[in-house]
Amino acid sequence: MKDVELKMLERAKQLLESGEVARVIGWKKGEFYFDPAPASFETVEELGDFVYNGFCGANLSKYLIQASKKEGKTAIFLKPCDSYSFNQLVKEHRIVRENIHVIAIECQGKLDIEKIKAQGISAVTEVEEEGESVTVSSLYGETKLNKAEILLGKCASCKGKTHQVKDEEIILHEMPAPINNRFDEVAKLEAMTEDERFAFWREQLQKCIRCNACRNVCPACSCVKCVFDNPASGIEAKANDDKFEEQLFHIIRAFHVAGRCTDCGECSRVCPQNIPLHLLNRKFIKDIDGLYGEFQAGETDNGKTPLTSYTESDVEPNNALGGEAK
Amino acid sequence: MLKIAKERLNELYAKINETMGLFMPIKKAGEVNYHVWGEGKEVSLETLKTVKSPKNMFFPQTENMMKFKTEGKNIEIVDVREKLAAAAEDKPFVMFGVKACDYKAIEVLDKVFLAEPVDTYYQIRRNAATIVTLACSKPEESCFCSVFGIDATAPQGDVTTWLDENYLYWQANTEKGENLTKLVETLFEKGGEAEVETQKANTQAILEKLPFANLDLSRFKPENLNELFDDTRWEEMSEACLGCGTCTFVCPTCQCFDIRDFKTNEGVIRYRCWDSCMYSDFTLMAHGNSHTTQMQRFRQRFMHKLVYYPSQNDGLYSCVGCGRCVNKCPQRLNIVKVIKTLGGNKND
Repeated sequence: MKDVELKMLERAKQLLESGEVARVIGWKKGEFYFDPAPASFETVEELGDFVYNGFCGANLSKYLIQASKKEGKTAIFLKPCDSYSFNQLVKEHRIVRENIHVIAIECQGKLDIEKIKAQGISAVTEVEEEGESVTVSSLYGETKLNKAEILLGKCASCKGKTHQVKDEEIILHEMPAPINNRFDEVAKLEAMTEDERFAFWREQLQKCIRCNACRNVCPACSCVKCVFDNPASGIEAKANDDKFEEQLFHIIRAFHVAGRCTDCGECSRVCPQNIPLHLLNRKFIKDIDGLYGEFQAGETDNGKTPLTSYTESDVEPNNALGGEAK
Repeated sequence: MLKIAKERLNELYAKINETMGLFMPIKKAGEVNYHVWGEGKEVSLETLKTVKSPKNMFFPQTENMMKFKTEGKNIEIVDVREKLAAAAEDKPFVMFGVKACDYKAIEVLDKVFLAEPVDTYYQIRRNAATIVTLACSKPEESCFCSVFGIDATAPQGDVTTWLDENYLYWQANTEKGENLTKLVETLFEKGGEAEVETQKANTQAILEKLPFANLDLSRFKPENLNELFDDTRWEEMSEACLGCGTCTFVCPTCQCFDIRDFKTNEGVIRYRCWDSCMYSDFTLMAHGNSHTTQMQRFRQRFMHKLVYYPSQNDGLYSCVGCGRCVNKCPQRLNIVKVIKTLGGNKND
C-alpha cells in the first residue's frame, strides 16, 4: 500500500504545482496510524500530512457538494465503492462534474479499529499492514491479526474493483474480487417472524442517540436543509424520543434514500452505537431488485431509475410482496 | 478498606437493588451504556467508556419539564418535579462503576446546574444519587485524564472501588458512601490495602506511557482568548467536520440544551433535550444565528471547553480527557488534535 500512497502523493503534488487543480481531497495523518481524517490540500506544503492506508475508509464524495462549487478544479481520490456515490451525486445535480478531476485509486479493503479493540486489544499505539496480516502493537503487547477479521462492516461485502467513474487511475496491484453476500443478513431478518423482527429493530434502534451522524455522512442525504433541522417545518425533531427513534426516524430516512442509496455503508461505519443501519437500506435494495429487476444506484450518472420512472408494466408492490390487492 | 470476591458481585448488586435503584455499565444490543441492573443483565465493569456518559442519569437526553392542560378557558400547569421528587425520595439510586473522568465530569456539570439559579430537575436526581466510582486498571490510547489533573487510579465519589482479578475493594468517602456501606457491609470482609497500592502503581506506570499524557494546556488561558479565537487554523481543523452531534452527545461534560413546546391532544408539553453546538439551528434567535458556518460551530465547542468555561470557573477545564470524541468522531476530528495544533505537546 505504501507504493500506492507515494504514487498518489506524487500525483497530487504535480496537479497542485501545475495549477491544473486548486485543491486535492484525500486523507491526512492523524495522531495514530489508524485515525486519518478527510482533508483538502491546497498547497504542496500541506501535502506533508498526506496519507493513504488501510484506515482510509471514509467516503469522500460528499465533500464535493461544497468543493466543486469553489473557484478552480478539485481533484479527488475515490475508491471503487465511493465512485457509485459520486455518480449518484452527479445524477442528482448536487456536484458540478466539470469542476472535478477524479483519480480512481486502489483499495484492498479497509480496516476497523473498533473491531481490533473488540479483540481485547487496548492502548493501541501502532498498526502495521502486510498483505493479509495486520500487526497491532499496544502498551500491553503485540498481536497479529488476520485482515479478514477486522475489515470494516462495509468492506465485508464489497461491490468490487471496478470504478464507475474516473479521469485517471492509480492502481498498482490486483484488487480483491467482489464479496457478494450483502443480502445474507437481510435474508436472516426476512426469515424472522414479525414479532422477532420488531424486537430486533427495537433493541437496536433504542440505542440511537440521535446524533445525526448517519444522516450527515450519507451522500444520498444531501438536502440543503433537512426537514428535521428546520424550525419552520413544524416537525423539527431534536428530542430523542424512544418511539420516534425506534419506529420512525431511521425508517423515514431509509425510505427517503431508497433507489438512491448506493450501499456505501457509511451510515453503519459512523454510528457511535453500532446500529446496523445499512440493513434497512439493503432491504430496500433487495426489494427493488426483486420487483423491478436488478438495479445498482450510482452505476451511471444518468438514466432512469426504478422508483422515479413509470411504466405500465410496473408491478403493484403490495401484490408482489404477497399482500392483498387494494 | 473492605473487599468482596469477584464472583460474589451479583450478591452485592442484588443487595443494593433491594432498597435502591442501581444503574451501571450494562451491555445491550452489543453496546455498553448505563442501564438499570437486574438479574441476568450483562454487567461490563471493565468497559472504560460507555457510549453515552453517565451524565444521562442526571441530565437525560430528553425530559418533560411541565404540562399545560387546557379545559375551556382554563390552563392547568402540571409541574413534573413533584412526581420526580417523590420518586427520588421513595427510591434513591446508586450509580456503580463510574470512572474517574466521568466523575470529574459530574463536578463540571454541578458547577453549571447547581449554581444559582439552581436547575431543580438536575438537583433532584443528583441528590438522590450515591456514586460508586471504579478505578481504571487498563487505560487505553485515547485516555488523557491525567492532563486535567485527574487520577484514574483513585477516583473520588461517595465510594471508591478497585477491581482486580479476584476482588472488588471498597472504600467509603462521604456520608452517603458510609450509609451505602452500612447497607451492604455484611457481604464484605476487611483488607485489600496492599493489593490496591500495587494496582495503583501498575496503572500509574501505564498512564505515564499513554500517547496523550503530555498535551500542553498552558496556552488555553482567558488572557489568550482573542488570540485563540482568531487563530487561522480553525478553518483547516474543522474542514472535515460533518456537523453531526456525535462528539457533543457522547461527551460527559457537554451541557447545552434546547427547550421546546410540543402540542398534544390534551394540551402542551414543555420538554427539554440535549442540543449540540454542531447543529445549524444552535442558538438560533429572532435575529438569526450567531454561528453561521461549521467552522464557527466547531470553534465554539473547543473554545467553550478550553477557554470560556475555565475563565468562569477558576481555571477548571470542561474537558476531562475521557477520549470518547477521539474514538467516536466519524471523521476522526477531536479535541486532542485541537489541543496539539493550538497548544502543543510538552515534549515538543
